[in-house]
Amino acid sequence: MEPEGSPSLKMIDEIHSNGGINLCDGDVDDEPSIDDTTTTTTNNRPIISSGEQLDVEAYGGLYQGRTKIMRLLFIAENCESNPAMRLEALRMAHDEIKKGENTQLYREVVQKIDGELGPNYAMDSAWCDSVDRRADQKKEKLENELNAYRTNLIKESIRMGYNDFGDFYYSHGALGDAFKSYVRTRDYCTTSKHIIHMCLSAILVSIEMGQFTHVTSYVSKAEQSPEALDPITAAKLRCAAGLAHLEAKKYKLAARKFLETGSELGSHYNEVIAPQDVATYGGLCALASFDRAELKSKVIDNVNFRNFLELVPEVRELINDFYSSHYASCLDYLGNLKANLLLDIHLHDHVETLYDQIRNKALIQYTHPFVSVDLQMMANAFKTSVAGLEKELEALITDDQIQARIDSHNKILYARHADQRNATFQRVLQTGNEFDRDVRSMLLRANLIKHEYNLRAARKH
Amino acid sequence: MNSLEGVVVQIQGLSSSAGDISRLHVILKQAEESLRSESTRLSPILNQLDPSNHSLGYLYILEACTSASVSKEQAAMLVPYIARFISYCAPEQIRLAPEKFIAVCKRFKDQVMLLGTPMRGVAPLQAAVRKLQNSSEHLTTLHPEFLLLCLLAKCYKTGLSILEEDIFEVDQPRDLFLYCYYGGMICIGQKRFRKALELLHNVVTAPMSSINAIAVEAYKKYILVSLIHNGQFSTSLPKYTSSAAQRNLKNYSQSYIELANSYSTGKIAELEQYVRTNEEKFESDNNLGLVKQVVSSMYKRNIQRLTQTYLTLSLQDIANTVQLNSPKEAEMHVLQMIQDGEIFATINQKDGMVRFLEDPEQYKSCEMIERIDSSIQRIMSLSRKLTTMEEQMSCDPQYLAKAGRERQRFDFDDFDTVPQKFNI
Repeated sequence: MEPEGSPSLKMIDEIHSNGGINLCDGDVDDEPSIDDTTTTTTNNRPIISSGEQLDVEAYGGLYQGRTKIMRLLFIAENCESNPAMRLEALRMAHDEIKKGENTQLYREVVQKIDGELGPNYAMDSAWCDSVDRRADQKKEKLENELNAYRTNLIKESIRMGYNDFGDFYYSHGALGDAFKSYVRTRDYCTTSKHIIHMCLSAILVSIEMGQFTHVTSYVSKAEQSPEALDPITAAKLRCAAGLAHLEAKKYKLAARKFLETGSELGSHYNEVIAPQDVATYGGLCALASFDRAELKSKVIDNVNFRNFLELVPEVRELINDFYSSHYASCLDYLGNLKANLLLDIHLHDHVETLYDQIRNKALIQYTHPFVSVDLQMMANAFKTSVAGLEKELEALITDDQIQARIDSHNKILYARHADQRNATFQRVLQTGNEFDRDVRSMLLRANLIKHEYNLRAARKH
Repeated sequence: MNSLEGVVVQIQGLSSSAGDISRLHVILKQAEESLRSESTRLSPILNQLDPSNHSLGYLYILEACTSASVSKEQAAMLVPYIARFISYCAPEQIRLAPEKFIAVCKRFKDQVMLLGTPMRGVAPLQAAVRKLQNSSEHLTTLHPEFLLLCLLAKCYKTGLSILEEDIFEVDQPRDLFLYCYYGGMICIGQKRFRKALELLHNVVTAPMSSINAIAVEAYKKYILVSLIHNGQFSTSLPKYTSSAAQRNLKNYSQSYIELANSYSTGKIAELEQYVRTNEEKFESDNNLGLVKQVVSSMYKRNIQRLTQTYLTLSLQDIANTVQLNSPKEAEMHVLQMIQDGEIFATINQKDGMVRFLEDPEQYKSCEMIERIDSSIQRIMSLSRKLTTMEEQMSCDPQYLAKAGRERQRFDFDDFDTVPQKFNI
């Protein structure tokens, strides 16, 4: 019981503390348009949740650093229909940026807010200038330091120097330069700990840049380290690899990585991913790509992953529903989750594909055990019309995913059992014909070539 | 005058034994020039000779007779002579001078066409082919001529009789190209698309050092026929195709490849639109008829696809999914396909439902066993042939010399192992 409880407890703390921070901001509550969303925070209800709208405040609280800003901005960009949510997201992004040093991003956000949030969120050029000035000074200082280290040829200091440069660039939003600086530390790494640190930094920046091929290669580099990784690092690497596979549309591999993620992850990697995300991404990918046996052994019976699923009961429920063939309720959950998943910076592109695959899987699984299925009942189970269901089934049958035929008169689906004997006969005859044809045309060609050869030889003499 | 008369006497005298005939052949070769110069006066002499006994002499005189260009009236007079000669002549005699025989037959074909009655040439040329070839595997120059006449006379069935024989020995590549091309067209005419595809495939993939018009035209038809027969077309040619063909064919048949692309979308309206806009192009290639068959084959293909997914389906639904205008039209299509054995189904006219059935073939009947057995026999004989050819090839001194030489270039040690390669 203990391992299950601890991460979620940690989560509760996390949310509470975040709630506290938000309250400290004070001026928030003055905004009438956001009131109703802010009041509903602070219980440990999961954030990506069914039915009702995404709770931006709590959602943002799951993350920190750049990804928090980017996720909020992503939400702001993709919820046109909901201006209150948009402004809330922008407001939080703004507050978060103000804590950092990325003036570029700040200007963009202020432009997006466009004065809609009152004078507190207008352009603060004094702040920008001071940050920029400080940045210039810091950069100069770092450069001097690095040069000094390099003349002294002290490996460790040079590594630190580059690392500081990476951090500096990262906090100012120059991701490309940050990546280069982090990678440069590699030559000066002396222990495997350093290498892992370098890899993690590179992975972090690559994820932010959307360069997921880099992510894969640095994950494998880190995993090759001779020393055993501590569980938290291992979990982080799994998550990063999972994300990379997800982006590459390799859902099965992504699912495996997320499922392998240790529950030690907690909120340690919230500059990239929250444990809730691990549950959602992993769960959906697994549903879309695993067969029934795998689903049971790797997801439902996976004690480790269950900890994650506890954080997002909807996903847990829908996986259980899917496994126990309660497709209607499973699809219900999926439908409710959809709007919020579309606001997820990593998942939004894949939601449609994953949903289609899950639905197809459900349809296939539903028909599998039966000799005949009443389409009317099946349509009820899938909450669709008979005609719509017929179309879906038709597509699956054409794809050879369901071996069955539809009796559209009586609205019944009949399983079709391939007649091995007949199929073999057919194949044998066909193969014979093909062989016959190929050999004859080959002989003919051989003769033509021989003819040409003889002709050429004759011409020569 | 004398020489002419003398020749006739010689022909009459020296046509009995094989020895005599070869002597006669020498004499005739010498007299060839003089015969030609007298070509106008030769036709009466033909009456003095018997085509079956004096075949060789008759052939020489006929050849000389027809060597000059002939008018329509002359042709009308000559055609029966040649036709009679071809049907009565002795094969062993004419094979002594095959080029003469071929020349006569070709002129015969020209004359028949000049007269506008290709039908008259079909039977004689078929006989000519049989007499000229030394085995049924031998492709003569007369094969394409015969098939061309069949095409023009629309005697497709007669043409098929020759196409059913497997051809292996080829004198001239051009003969093979034309033979396969015309043969493909005849098979298309008889709707034997599988055979047509095979023949056209032979043209397209035949070794060639430069691209030729026959191959291009064959490729166009090949695309269309594969769409009709297989419902799909892959632009990649097999790797044994000559590089000339691989490089050029596609450029010459762009509109056909686009047609195939449009077909692969499965949308009938798009396909029809494409055909309409390119109608002139297809028309000028004389392929419009085939293109129309491609379009109608798409309905069939789509209906066939339905049989895989449905057990029963109303005619209205068929019409909807296949994009036909009315259930009536759908019924006609389904009916036609049932008749052609392309699908197995029953139509219930009372409620307008079609019930698709499985292929009733159970592979249990005697006919099926016989068919399988004949297939096996065929393949066994083919594989025997293959072995013989391989043996021949591996005994060929030129080949061995070349294979040995090429090996040596890479590695001296390999040279010893070369003979082992031919142990099979």
